[in-house]
Amino acid sequence: MKLTNLKTLGKIAITGLIASVLPMSVNAKDTVKVGVVSFLTGPAAGPFGTPAKQGAEIVIDAINSGTMPAPYNTKGFAGATMNPIFSDESGGGTKQVGLFRDFVQKQNVDAMIGYISSGNCMAIGPVADEVKMLTIFSTCGTERLYEEKLRSHVFRTQGNAVGDSLAAAKYIADEYFKGKVSTADKMYTGINQNYAWGQDSYKFFKLGMAQYMPSAIGSSKPQFPKLFSGQYGSEISALSLDKAKIVHTSFWNGDFEAFMLQALVRGFFQKKILVSSVGGSGVDSLDKKFPDGVIMGTRGNVGLIVRNDTTPLNKWFIDSYKKRYGAYPLGPSYQYARAVMLYKIGMDKAAKAAGKFPTQDQVIAAMKGISFESFADTIEMKRGDGHQAVHSIAYGVTKYNKAKGEPGMEKVIKYSATCIYPPAGAISQKWVESGMPGRKCN
Amino acid sequence: MQFLITVLLDGLIYASYLFIVSLGLTITFGVMKILNVAHGGFFAWGAYLASISIIYLGDNEYNSFLYYFAIFLSAIIVGLFFGYIIEKFILRKMYNEDIHLIVLATFGLFWILEDLILHVFGVDPLMPYYPAMELGGIEVGGIFQGVYSLTLAGLAIIVAFICWYFLKKTKYGKVLQSVIFDREVSVSMGINVTKVYLITFIIGGMLGALGGAYIAPTISVSPGFAIDVVVMSFAVVVIGGMGSVPGALIGSLIVGLVRAFAVHQAPILELFIIYAIMAIVLIIKPEGLFAPPKPRKI
Repeated sequence: MKLTNLKTLGKIAITGLIASVLPMSVNAKDTVKVGVVSFLTGPAAGPFGTPAKQGAEIVIDAINSGTMPAPYNTKGFAGATMNPIFSDESGGGTKQVGLFRDFVQKQNVDAMIGYISSGNCMAIGPVADEVKMLTIFSTCGTERLYEEKLRSHVFRTQGNAVGDSLAAAKYIADEYFKGKVSTADKMYTGINQNYAWGQDSYKFFKLGMAQYMPSAIGSSKPQFPKLFSGQYGSEISALSLDKAKIVHTSFWNGDFEAFMLQALVRGFFQKKILVSSVGGSGVDSLDKKFPDGVIMGTRGNVGLIVRNDTTPLNKWFIDSYKKRYGAYPLGPSYQYARAVMLYKIGMDKAAKAAGKFPTQDQVIAAMKGISFESFADTIEMKRGDGHQAVHSIAYGVTKYNKAKGEPGMEKVIKYSATCIYPPAGAISQKWVESGMPGRKCN
Repeated sequence: MQFLITVLLDGLIYASYLFIVSLGLTITFGVMKILNVAHGGFFAWGAYLASISIIYLGDNEYNSFLYYFAIFLSAIIVGLFFGYIIEKFILRKMYNEDIHLIVLATFGLFWILEDLILHVFGVDPLMPYYPAMELGGIEVGGIFQGVYSLTLAGLAIIVAFICWYFLKKTKYGKVLQSVIFDREVSVSMGINVTKVYLITFIIGGMLGALGGAYIAPTISVSPGFAIDVVVMSFAVVVIGGMGSVPGALIGSLIVGLVRAFAVHQAPILELFIIYAIMAIVLIIKPEGLFAPPKPRKI
């Protein structure tokens, strides 16, 4: 063969190689513009919104540069670099709906990610479907989001609050109530914020207790102080006078920290056992002052509860976060990172199937019902017609780690998704009240 | 008995906290006839400044006495600095404007002060718990109460006494009462009302900041936390009577005790009952229970 022919063949081969390696390059976009919304002002910014934004930043930057560990180690989102636009979630549902429309119609974003408040998710869910904008909710917890109506363009990578409350009740039944016989030991009460999240969390905790521990007795005076009220002197007194020994709370943000501080100086934790479904983000604020013996969940395998988990992805995330922000990632950091990761695998899967840069419908189809590896577990989009995640939920007991000089957990138990979430299509409340048929606990 | 003691203590602690905050609000209104929404900004700034000072002192193991010095100093600095700037450069130019415009201006100032906090202190919550932790708890009536929270009642009594003494026993207090009663007559009698306004606004700001600074060691100090306090203070002032110092005291006690009773007996009514009382007072005596008498102008 002549040398010139060889050269020609070589050029064809290289061209073919490039074409096969970069199948999407013909129609590819260089960037995808994504709105990332979390609380950047107000009382929820410090313990929730800012760590959430930081978690998203870490993962977005790593994916953009192709430096995230497998299976997220390919560069970009279907090859495109994500250009995130961070926005503040404060101001309530009406304001957020307006901002959402602005993102879609004026800024022409490719997707929306985030949202911590259940109220905001409930407000934005129908709008996202109406304007046909792919939206991945990362944190909000209300079960009503998919139980009232299925969503075509909305995904949620966080399991709903039902699992958090049922896992808390199961942990108490499994660990605490073992062998307890006195009436006071079997009594429980609660202090939860007086809005959807707090009310629903306690409702499902009560329902769970009725199922897991039928002989347990709920107090007639659970406390529901106003969100962000900050002063809990009277509530702590009322709980102290209540015979119930177990106290359930779904307090989050500064409310949790204020309650802990005020209860701590009053010797509350020497007499009561607190069960916190989402207080993990407040533990570091009090550090060694945080009491041992608080039953704690973090809404999944995120934050404080997985600090010692050594999966490569988790280790990378913790190391990267500490290096960049000088602190451990909190639950919301993980939750936002997970939402970005779903977008990444959805984009890549859709691009691979289409053989070109995917359309939004192709991405939605790719994400529907998918399972993807998270930091310390697997997230399965198996509810809400493939749009709502379920995952295992872990609970443990706080125990300060003197050797490391930092807060820690012990007696951690993971409850599988089949144990704490209703099957697909079921309404949570009815399912729990009817004895949780079909549940499979590990 | 245990129940009554507990409700009484809870109510008194909460009332003390409300009294300190609402006192500044009512004095400002009494003298200047301005509903100062920016009062919440003073509260928040007092809390933040005290927080960073206490955290610094605590982390570096300074003498505990300095925590309290930091709290009072923070209140004075915030009241002086923001009070002076706001009154002299903004409100003073608006006294001839419609009263509603001035309220809107203070509303805007509140958000400016809140926003400044974000820029200066960031969004991370501050927990200056050292004083509260060091004082610990004490058993009263069978349950533990935080000693630091109990000192709040002592502070409220001291503030109330100083206020009473100042208004009733000092020359400047009488001047202030004269301005409260009638501004025009006071001017005609040679009182420098402009100066009285400035000093009153600064003192009101200091009291607001003192409320925030003193409460800071028991809470998580985070952006936006002052909004509810302002709303609650308005309820106190409306119940007690706008511009009335005894009204602020009685209003605080009513709100504190009723709220404590509701939390213990019917938690679901905790907020409802406060605003129900406010509504009833507005219906029966719209000027509030202890509103200062208005001069009849001929």
